[in-house]
Amino acid sequence: MADTTDDRTSDVKPVLTLSFDIQGRDFKASGEASHRIKRTLEQVGLDWSVIRRAAVVLYEAEMNIVIHATRGVLKAEISPSRLTIVAEDEGPGIPDIELAMQEGYSTAPEEIKLMGFGAGMGLPNIKEHADSLEIETEVGKGTRLVAVIDVPEGGAESQA
Amino acid sequence: MKLRDVVEALGLEVAAGREGLDREVTGGYCGDLLSDVMARAKRNYLWMTIQGHQNVVAVAVLTEVSGVVVCGDVEPEAATLERADREKVPILRTPLTAYEVCGRLYRLLN
Repeated sequence: MADTTDDRTSDVKPVLTLSFDIQGRDFKASGEASHRIKRTLEQVGLDWSVIRRAAVVLYEAEMNIVIHATRGVLKAEISPSRLTIVAEDEGPGIPDIELAMQEGYSTAPEEIKLMGFGAGMGLPNIKEHADSLEIETEVGKGTRLVAVIDVPEGGAESQA
Repeated sequence: MKLRDVVEALGLEVAAGREGLDREVTGGYCGDLLSDVMARAKRNYLWMTIQGHQNVVAVAVLTEVSGVVVCGDVEPEAATLERADREKVPILRTPLTAYEVCGRLYRLLN
């Protein structure tokens, strides 16, 4: 894990910002925003290991909005040294972040669990695949998640 | 090994995404929890599952698995097949259980 995002978002200007609106409970379109951002990351020529980690973070963040929130925005800010993924939603917020970060803890409804979601792995997955993660949340209002993935110099680092 | 050879060897039915059959298969992953598959499945793996809804296609595209085997005679939803055709993600059906498919695939690849 690297340091916090506070100084990270301010000192590097994104070269490219992508933003997609996400509707809560729209399981038909879910994954589309992540897919489109991933395609752009490929076009930009980012290293596969970065793209692979970004795909996990993007998808989990997108699905958190679809499963839990009314609506939200999934954003990717690409700069030469880092990829910043921001997921902002209007929704119930997270009453206990520590509990939500525990693998296996989930508040998803039963019918969503039957689809293979809500296994309590979303936030732990994001934490595992990002270099830093920050979550701001207000119960009854919504949640803002910022995950940063460092881009290795020359984008040449390679791992499965 | 090419996916189309795996399909033939295991007697899988191609339900959608025929255009993706030339992809390589280097391994496999079995799971029905999408977050688990998202984190553990690797590019060019074959994914065995009993989920037939269209979010399977989104996960398949993002993980770049070579295809999805919907096991146990589960009928994939029509929307799943449409999305899979659009994304060129092979959806393969079989009456075999995930255990049986994994066993046969393992023997085939190793």
